[in-house]
Amino acid sequence: MKKTNTAKRIDTKVQANNLEENKIRKLIDEYKEDQGGLIPLLQKIQEEEGYLSRDRLEMIANEMNLSLAKVMGVVTFYSQFHLTPKGENVIRVCMGTACHVKGAGQIMEKLQNKLEIETGETTPDGKFTIDAVSCIGACGLAPVATINHDTHGKLTTDKVNDLLDEYDKGSDNK
Amino acid sequence: MRILVCTGTGCISSGSENVGEAIKEELDNQGLDKYDVIYTGCQGFCEMGPLVIPDDTFYCEVDEEGARKIVREHLKNSNIVKELLYKDPHDDKLATKREEIDFYKKQKRLVLERCGLIDPENISDYILSGGYMALEKSLQMKPEEIIEELKKSSLRGRGGGGFPTWLKWQYTREKNTGLKEGYQEKYVVCNADEGDPGAFMDRSILEGDPHAVLEGMIIGGLAVGADMGLIYVRAEYPLAVKRLEEAISDAKEKGYLGYNILNSGVFFDIKIKQGAGAFVCGEETALIESVHGNRGMPRPRPPFPAEKGVHDSPTILNNVETFANIPIVINKGGEEFASLGTKESKGTKVFALTGKVNNTGLCEVPMGISLKEIIYDIGGGVKDDKEFKAVQIGGPSGGCLPKDQLDLSIDYDSLIEAGAMMGSGGLVVMDEATCMVDLSRFFLNFTQSESCGKCNPCREGTKRLLEILNRIIDGNGQRDDIKTLERLGKNVINSSLCGLGQSAPNPVLSTLRYFENEYIEHIEQKYCRAGVCKNLTSIKIIPEKCIGCELCKKHCPVEAITGEKKEAHEIDPGICTKCRVCIEKCPSRAITH
Repeated sequence: MKKTNTAKRIDTKVQANNLEENKIRKLIDEYKEDQGGLIPLLQKIQEEEGYLSRDRLEMIANEMNLSLAKVMGVVTFYSQFHLTPKGENVIRVCMGTACHVKGAGQIMEKLQNKLEIETGETTPDGKFTIDAVSCIGACGLAPVATINHDTHGKLTTDKVNDLLDEYDKGSDNK
Repeated sequence: MRILVCTGTGCISSGSENVGEAIKEELDNQGLDKYDVIYTGCQGFCEMGPLVIPDDTFYCEVDEEGARKIVREHLKNSNIVKELLYKDPHDDKLATKREEIDFYKKQKRLVLERCGLIDPENISDYILSGGYMALEKSLQMKPEEIIEELKKSSLRGRGGGGFPTWLKWQYTREKNTGLKEGYQEKYVVCNADEGDPGAFMDRSILEGDPHAVLEGMIIGGLAVGADMGLIYVRAEYPLAVKRLEEAISDAKEKGYLGYNILNSGVFFDIKIKQGAGAFVCGEETALIESVHGNRGMPRPRPPFPAEKGVHDSPTILNNVETFANIPIVINKGGEEFASLGTKESKGTKVFALTGKVNNTGLCEVPMGISLKEIIYDIGGGVKDDKEFKAVQIGGPSGGCLPKDQLDLSIDYDSLIEAGAMMGSGGLVVMDEATCMVDLSRFFLNFTQSESCGKCNPCREGTKRLLEILNRIIDGNGQRDDIKTLERLGKNVINSSLCGLGQSAPNPVLSTLRYFENEYIEHIEQKYCRAGVCKNLTSIKIIPEKCIGCELCKKHCPVEAITGEKKEAHEIDPGICTKCRVCIEKCPSRAITH
């Protein structure tokens, strides 16, 4: 059955496929002239490589004639960018108002207990990362979490176990 | 014949794409070829999704099996599938049409009119439903006339601030005159960085009717003499980005966008800029900084973007919903548009109704409607017949309103008077199980972590406010904390640089205004009546009520519950993490906080 994975665009590919240097140069050239090209360039590289490594940031700074401090300033300002690789499955628990009122906190707690990690961390075996997002705009189905490309609504603490089992078996985030 | 299948984000999460495919398959199986399956944008009634509408019949909570049944029963044999109809929770009456459902009855859908009825990825659908007529009309008008129509309509910014739209456009337009060095670029920017937790109307408009936003922006370009449009959209909204991209390329192909629009010689182009996740970028000057590739930090105004915006050029910057209103104003005419609403607030407003209410979803209502009508008539009242406690309106910039404000008319000014704010239109209903101190901490936690840190009052002020709230919630509140919260909150409002700081203390101040007794209980009696604040709550089993069914024991994640079968159980407060699972599971309501 056809299923469109529209969420793919912002989701991070975990299997960081290191881009070849000349490919990155080409990307940088594409955005170099554009005043304001830094953010889309970072987005593009993160989309490909899974995260933004120091090497890449230094290269971007050099090629774009920016200081590394300026590039780091932008990277750390926006929550989309991250400097370490993520786990095989990325769980994003919505922490919007509707979800908060309907018990997103308990879902998060359950996840933390179950996986024995804090929000923002990755399990030692690299299988799961938990993140908190401010609102994913599916408030009617609160509480909501997304795992990789799928949105799961009307969650309860009971459902968490099954969900983790389901994704533990196989990741579709490759 | 069309079968509408809702593919807003809400319904997709409930599996509507598979439902649509199942319908197609079953149509094939049954040999029915006169039907088209149309994937529409959000219908608003997300909680009841996936929604399927063949021939005006409204089916909800349709799964794949149900979808096949609709084809076999409804389409083939003209029998209505009763079990998939909407059932009124109050009197169990079945509704066959959308208009018969309370949720839709009191709505006035202008901006959302097409959402859910057309295929957002098909420009012909938009044109057939009257789309781009306003653009054609505007091409015949002088720019001053467009602005004049807007002035007559009294349309105010739907992003929450409520600034008169025509005035913004007028300023930007006037910036054209008196320029010595010939041509100066101008920009039309659509703010689609909807970061408010609990609001999703912009997302639904973009996903359900992207052309309406484009049309509004092109008319904006005509009115102020701009040739470049930018849509700054959250990267967290991938479906909106995809549909916008398609809409832009379709509009170009059909000649509504790009070179020589409808052979008028006008040029206007629109590009998409994806945000990178920062709430403060909803603020106009911060958004512009972000477009320039910098940290999204606001700057003092003036100069306003009308004077110095994107690339230092005159810029109009409006919210998605504002732009979606523009074609309506032009088509209807300003005066007719202004006949709807209150004296100072015209037209309609889309609200995202969520929380502890029976019907959650998106609703569009005329300005001036009362909170009560939204919550009880459209929302169907508080869930599980619990007691209404408060409604949080306007997201982190807004405030909480209690029961005695339910008759309040919803418009920009009365909301501000009551200590709340229109904001972008999030409406979260809360019952007795919500702790107001915890809720104000929730919002403050959000604004504090989203503060860009440029100005002291916001960076330090929200941090200190949060510290005090944390202290109260942890059970270490001090007697003068309430006074400090009030004084500090007012200072942050008065001295912050941008709207984020100027509104960040609102949730604290409004809960203090209406629910001060809860703060006092937390501070003096170390008691949280909602049982939310963990340090101030202990979970108990009432032995007389306990039937010893062992359900709580089974579900307790930390094994804090002991007791034999058929005997009263006990909770060890030292182990209990107050996760409340036992309260939810207990069939005899023997566990309380």
